[in-house]
Amino acid sequence: MSEIVFFHAKKAYDSKKTVIEDLNLVIPDGSFTVLVGPSGCGKSTTLRMIAGLESLSDGELVMDGRRMNEVAPEDRDIAMVFQNFALYPTMTVRENIEFGLVNKKIPREERQKLIADVVETVRLAEYLDKNPGELSGGQRQRVALARAMVKKPKVFLMDEPLSNLDARLRNEMRTELIELHKRLQTTFVYVTHDQTEAMSMATDIVLMSNGVIRQKDAPIKIYNDPNNIFAAQFIGTPAMNMFDIREWPQHNSIPEQARYMGFRPSRVHLAQEATASMDKMDFQGRILTHEFFGSEIIYRVETDNGILSFKTFHKDELPLDMEVQVYVEKRDCYFFDDKQNRVRCS
Amino acid sequence: MLKNETAISSMTNKTVSDVRKNAGHSVWKKIKPYAFVAPALSIFLIFSIYPAFRIIDLSLYQWNLVSPAKDFVGFQNYVNLFHDPEFFETLRNTILYTVLTVGLSLSLSLFLAIYLKNDTRVNRFLQRLIFSPYIVSLASISFLWLWLMNSDVGFLNYIISLFGIGKVDWLGNPHVALFSLVLISVWKTAGYNTLIVLASLQVIPKHLYEAAALDHANQWRTFRKITLPMISPTLFFITIVDIISSFKVFETIQIMTDGGPQNATNTLVFAIYEYGFKFYKIGYASSIGVVLLVIISIFTILYFRGLASKVHYQ
Repeated sequence: MSEIVFFHAKKAYDSKKTVIEDLNLVIPDGSFTVLVGPSGCGKSTTLRMIAGLESLSDGELVMDGRRMNEVAPEDRDIAMVFQNFALYPTMTVRENIEFGLVNKKIPREERQKLIADVVETVRLAEYLDKNPGELSGGQRQRVALARAMVKKPKVFLMDEPLSNLDARLRNEMRTELIELHKRLQTTFVYVTHDQTEAMSMATDIVLMSNGVIRQKDAPIKIYNDPNNIFAAQFIGTPAMNMFDIREWPQHNSIPEQARYMGFRPSRVHLAQEATASMDKMDFQGRILTHEFFGSEIIYRVETDNGILSFKTFHKDELPLDMEVQVYVEKRDCYFFDDKQNRVRCS
Repeated sequence: MLKNETAISSMTNKTVSDVRKNAGHSVWKKIKPYAFVAPALSIFLIFSIYPAFRIIDLSLYQWNLVSPAKDFVGFQNYVNLFHDPEFFETLRNTILYTVLTVGLSLSLSLFLAIYLKNDTRVNRFLQRLIFSPYIVSLASISFLWLWLMNSDVGFLNYIISLFGIGKVDWLGNPHVALFSLVLISVWKTAGYNTLIVLASLQVIPKHLYEAAALDHANQWRTFRKITLPMISPTLFFITIVDIISSFKVFETIQIMTDGGPQNATNTLVFAIYEYGFKFYKIGYASSIGVVLLVIISIFTILYFRGLASKVHYQ
């Protein structure tokens, strides 16, 4: 059991700079919770407060029903993987992994057994006597993971652990982390600014901006049912098309309070000809750019209402500057009010 | 046709002159780097390398600096040197001075650096304060301390008298004089060393300390296992440089004690000076110089060896 709860948590570095105003958050036991948001949104601060590396200015942090505010980092039964791995450069891989165990005065034989186990999991056996400086990025990453795993913590904290790796390795490690979480069944709290990472790994996404949680949901829910424009545009790539529809002609299928309308680029269809319909929105425009991604192509189209992007899985590439007719089904549209919050069609 | 031929011949002419010009150009290109380093190199050769060999040569002669005749005596100077109890006393003084100066200065600066690590306004002021002795010339410092250490009217004795301690003859007592010189040397170098250690402390990534905190490391373990290994290249650098400069101590002795009392502060460089320019035994002085050269060379080699192997940045 290791549920983490923030109760009216506040973090301010000084009177002028408040990072987090009032955070209320429940991180369920055994979940893979990803805190995601643009830089400066408070996600790392939240993670570091769980670790005990930052104190709370106000409010309460509870883990397993126990108040944690005053508990020292080493007594919280957590392990952390840092963005730049924070391996001890003057120690070998073995010493890096062993350091915490030695400090906890765990007997030598038990240490060796623990290390042997963890090293096998992360495939590092042959590198035990090397220094971190001699390892590749991926190997360092695995040492950092091993150092965290060997402590058998109740909670794993990870601060952008994949951001220093190249794209291929990142994909590989993503899969490994998912498997690791499945096997260990412990709570993972993971910080990233990369929504793809969040979507692909999380069981729960906590989307933050400016120290405020904008939405907390399962990835599929947050993607299909965003609560506000921020969530709609941050999650999913390319970002959701968004139009200010105040000036648009009245359309009886648009909710009254709606000021913005958005739809995903993948929901846009090519039309042969304009057909006025109650269930569709039509757009006509000129192709500005196209990006080829193998299975799909993303076009940016300049319409009278602004630029929209759409994604097709057709094999044939449409030429630049071509006039196209596209439409989106009304059921695929999302509406938002003046405050950028979602207006749900009844 | 004719037109074409002229064209071709003029073309070849051009190429030939081009080649010639290029040849001159490439010679200059090869010489240029040497030309640039020549002034510095010649000064270095004349004032550093040549004297080093010259001193080895002179150590094989008996010569009084002025007479045109030099008697070749082979290794006799060295034989005399190694049978001279005064030389060993000098060597002992120099080593004691070096060990104490380097040991104290290093531990003091390590302590100060750790204390001053947090970048506050007060600490920044203190840093500058302890650094200031380093920019004053050693001769001025020597005169300053000569007054401070005066046994009758000196400030130091006044201070300790406030604590009920009797007068100390800082420079006149053969058991104390060398330690007084060590004190001055530590006072002068500790600030500089502190600054260097401080700089190396401040570049240790904060993440390492956070990781160590999560790894149950207490303060002592963190210092022993993270801080110390991370700054060890710097400490090594300071140690060697300070050893070399301490072996060459001269100004304070010349101004403050003249090697006395009872030879208690006579060191290698001061002995070289005395034998060379007071007693005019150039050969003998040179042989002491060669011994110093050997000692310093050993530390220099150690330094470069260490520099190659001990540096371990990520």
